[in-house]
Amino acid sequence: MEKARLDLLRGTLDVLILKAVVWGPLHGYAITSLIRRQSDEALLLEEGTLYPALWRLEEKQWLEAEWGLSENNRKAKFYRLTAEGRKQLLHETKIWEAYVVAVAKVLSATRPPVAEEAV
Amino acid sequence: MTKIPIWRRYARMFGPDAKADVREELRFHLDAKTEELMAQGWRREAARDEAERQFGDLRAVEKIGAAIGGRMEQRKRLADHWTDAMEDLRYTLRTLGRDPGFTVISIVILALAIGANVAVFSVVNTLLLRPLPFPNADRLVWITPPKSGCGLSCSTYTADAFEDLRAGVRAYDDLTGYMAFSTPNNERLTGHGEPVPATGIEVISNFFSVLGVTPQMGRVFRPDEMKGPHAETVLTDAYWRRQFNADPAIVGKAIELNGTPMTVIGVLPASFDFGAIFAPGERVDLFTICDLDAERNWGDIVTLIGRMKPGVTLAQTADDTARVAPTLYFNKKYADTLGRFKGEMVPQDLKGYVTGKLRRSLIALWSAVGAILLIAGVNLSNLLLARAASRTKEFALRGALGASRGRIVRQLLLESLVLSSGGALLGLGLALGLIVWLRSQGAIALPLLNSLRIDGQALGWTVLIAFITAMLFGLLPGVRMASGNLQEALKDSSAGSGQSRKHERVRAVLVVTEIALACMLLVSAALLLRSFMKVLDVDLGFEASRAASIAVDYDGDAPTAEAYVAKMSPVYQQVLGRVGAIPGVEVAGISDYLPLGPNRSWGTPLPEGKQKSYAPGEVPSPLVYVVTPGFMRAMGIRMEGRDFTWADRVGSQDVVMINRSEARLFWPGESGVGKTLVDGDGRLLVIGVVDDVHEESTEAGTGAQIYYSALQRRASSMQLVVRTQMKPSALAGSVLQTLRDINPKQPAAEFKPVQGIVDRANSPRRFFLLLVGVFAGLGLLLAALGIYGVISYSVTQKTQEIGVKMALGASTGRVQMEVLRQTLWLAVAGVVIGSVASVLATRLIASMLFGTSAQDPMAYLGMAVAIAIVALVSGYLPARRASRMDPMVALRGN
Repeated sequence: MEKARLDLLRGTLDVLILKAVVWGPLHGYAITSLIRRQSDEALLLEEGTLYPALWRLEEKQWLEAEWGLSENNRKAKFYRLTAEGRKQLLHETKIWEAYVVAVAKVLSATRPPVAEEAV
Repeated sequence: MTKIPIWRRYARMFGPDAKADVREELRFHLDAKTEELMAQGWRREAARDEAERQFGDLRAVEKIGAAIGGRMEQRKRLADHWTDAMEDLRYTLRTLGRDPGFTVISIVILALAIGANVAVFSVVNTLLLRPLPFPNADRLVWITPPKSGCGLSCSTYTADAFEDLRAGVRAYDDLTGYMAFSTPNNERLTGHGEPVPATGIEVISNFFSVLGVTPQMGRVFRPDEMKGPHAETVLTDAYWRRQFNADPAIVGKAIELNGTPMTVIGVLPASFDFGAIFAPGERVDLFTICDLDAERNWGDIVTLIGRMKPGVTLAQTADDTARVAPTLYFNKKYADTLGRFKGEMVPQDLKGYVTGKLRRSLIALWSAVGAILLIAGVNLSNLLLARAASRTKEFALRGALGASRGRIVRQLLLESLVLSSGGALLGLGLALGLIVWLRSQGAIALPLLNSLRIDGQALGWTVLIAFITAMLFGLLPGVRMASGNLQEALKDSSAGSGQSRKHERVRAVLVVTEIALACMLLVSAALLLRSFMKVLDVDLGFEASRAASIAVDYDGDAPTAEAYVAKMSPVYQQVLGRVGAIPGVEVAGISDYLPLGPNRSWGTPLPEGKQKSYAPGEVPSPLVYVVTPGFMRAMGIRMEGRDFTWADRVGSQDVVMINRSEARLFWPGESGVGKTLVDGDGRLLVIGVVDDVHEESTEAGTGAQIYYSALQRRASSMQLVVRTQMKPSALAGSVLQTLRDINPKQPAAEFKPVQGIVDRANSPRRFFLLLVGVFAGLGLLLAALGIYGVISYSVTQKTQEIGVKMALGASTGRVQMEVLRQTLWLAVAGVVIGSVASVLATRLIASMLFGTSAQDPMAYLGMAVAIAIVALVSGYLPARRASRMDPMVALRGN
């Protein structure tokens, strides 16, 4: 199968970021590579939009930022999920799942629905 | 993630920097990307370029980051401040809570002062600052003659003059007016059982549209209804609620006024109160249309109110009015009445007309409460200083522990801010109570009282003065404390050390200031009190005690004056005969107008044979009263000559009585009795000369007055005056019953003591006296508190000294004398400074004084005595405490 580069649906970036830091604090670069790897290279974040999204989440206090040292001992800004962020992640995951199921139902339909208006 | 070791945290040593953070974060990203690309085999430069290309617009992202970072930083800083402030506040509340006596006294003092200030501000705001409650009220003018010395009659004009002026002027949008000579309870509402009296005002039909009053229901009169009879009435909100239980379907219903059916066409909004603006202290129930045709020959009857065109100045309007005035006729039927209004029409700002006279009184009142606030503030300063002195060690300790001087001053300011906020809250409550009370004082003849309220501006004022008080009077102790010497304070500071001596001096100065301010208030109050006594002593020309009046109602409608008189004469005789026979009634009489109420004039009678010796306009028109026999005695007006008799009727010689002013004008040095006056074609025999009666106010002088016989001239209403041997109220029932027997339609009008009319006329003066008096009392009380505080504190400070003296044999009396002497010194200094200040301050109230000099020695003496007594009392308590001290305890103590 050809590797498709999928454009992110509007509004899904936030939930992906929240999910990325659920296992522990990460810096911005690590977040991009984590999402890329988790999605089998299907989702490539635009770096120019990632950072503003991170800062907005920090401002909303769903993420907490702290300066720390990266794997190769360089100063980097790490983001950590807050309790409120975790709640938000749960909430948005549920919405997303419901959305996916609904869309899938429609797309996988093979017959028109039993027309109510025909009765 | 690994924590950054402490030695690498130098970057943000000088505070946070959002921009640098963003740059650093992005640089890390690019570096990481570059390294990854290099690991895939890219060359360094190419890898760097590729990383940047993949990132996109670096500059734009940096900008976003800096903005968000800055925002977060600010929020954090705010939160920090807030936490700091809350901490300080908690500390403040805790310290204040530990000293409830101090806290309560401070808050009460401030509440009294702030409450008085807010209440007076509301009054001043309503009467002086706020525009009248009409749209574009600044364009409304009131037209008067340049000088008005002859009562309401002077500021009224004829129907012809009104119409031609309205047609001739260009500076006005429109002109309107109302019939000025209505008396309270001039109407009676009939058709529902007992007739009920009501007060109606006739207005020119465009009255409400010119003022800009829109009805809450129905409509108001139309401008095209000026002429001819219109059986329409508009009700005031209060009357509609009271009399018609707020009937929502009242519009279109017919009510009966004086037996005539009238259609209610509208109800005015509650915000419109005619009495509050044009007739302070009067209640108006309904309005009818002034029929200009019917009243054309009645002489000067309507007031003139104009609305200037937008953009036209008062001066332009005045020029325009003066241009038209000479072309007006008094009455177009008589060609020679052309030009009578030349120079007699000057528009003035309506607001100024309504409240202008009160301006100085209000400013004086405002100054008085300002003084109260100062006294309270000084008192607060004093209390804070005393408290601060006992907290020296606390502050020294905090200072030693690292609290900055600024932080300590801030702490002290916060304390006074908390106190003044508490005072402001409580004071606002007090002011609200005062305002509600004032608003309900319908009997005070002050305009606009009904629209008093605590509004946003008053709230703003409250916050402002509370804040200023806190800052001004919290700062002094704050600065003094913070500048203290820490080491000295930390050592066990012994009484009488330099620091506390210095404190005492500051406090003494504060107390002297307080006393001086209280002096000014006391002198002002004393001067006003003296004036009020003088006003009460004025010979009004009649005897108010044991006289009472009631409006008699009788439907005497008749086509001509003669027919009216013929119809009414037997009624007068019957009413006076029956009422006069009631046990307890000494004598009864009827007049159409009573003193100190509305009045009118017509014609200018001149002495027979001397008509030519007066230039037109040289002799003022006398005020006219139409009275029955017995009225002079019932009213207690002293008389020379004879009273009217029942024989002075139509057909016999026309007779009049004139007052002394008129007699003196025409026949100086002679008695007027027996002389003859000529008015037009008629000859009037002067049968009596009576004392001048105060017609307008108890204070102003009197002009010429003339009395006609009600059996010869048409009286425009019937005010029965009864002189009794007992309290008037005891007779109210039987008088009303008698009137009902004669005329079943007589409404249940109030039987009012004549003294009430006098009291109402004096009510503005009484009102100001009361307020200034209360403020002076308050000032004195606060000053007493201040004196007590200082003396009491100094006694405590000198415990040891006093102990030594007593141990060495000083007597109790001697110790007491010493403390009292200290008190008296403060008082004397305060009185001397206060007296000087009073001489200046009383200039402000000079115009409010009546028969009293602003330098009245009695007032100053009274003030000095009051201060001396208060000082002695407030000094005596600490003095007694000092003299009762056990020397041994005092010596050992501290």
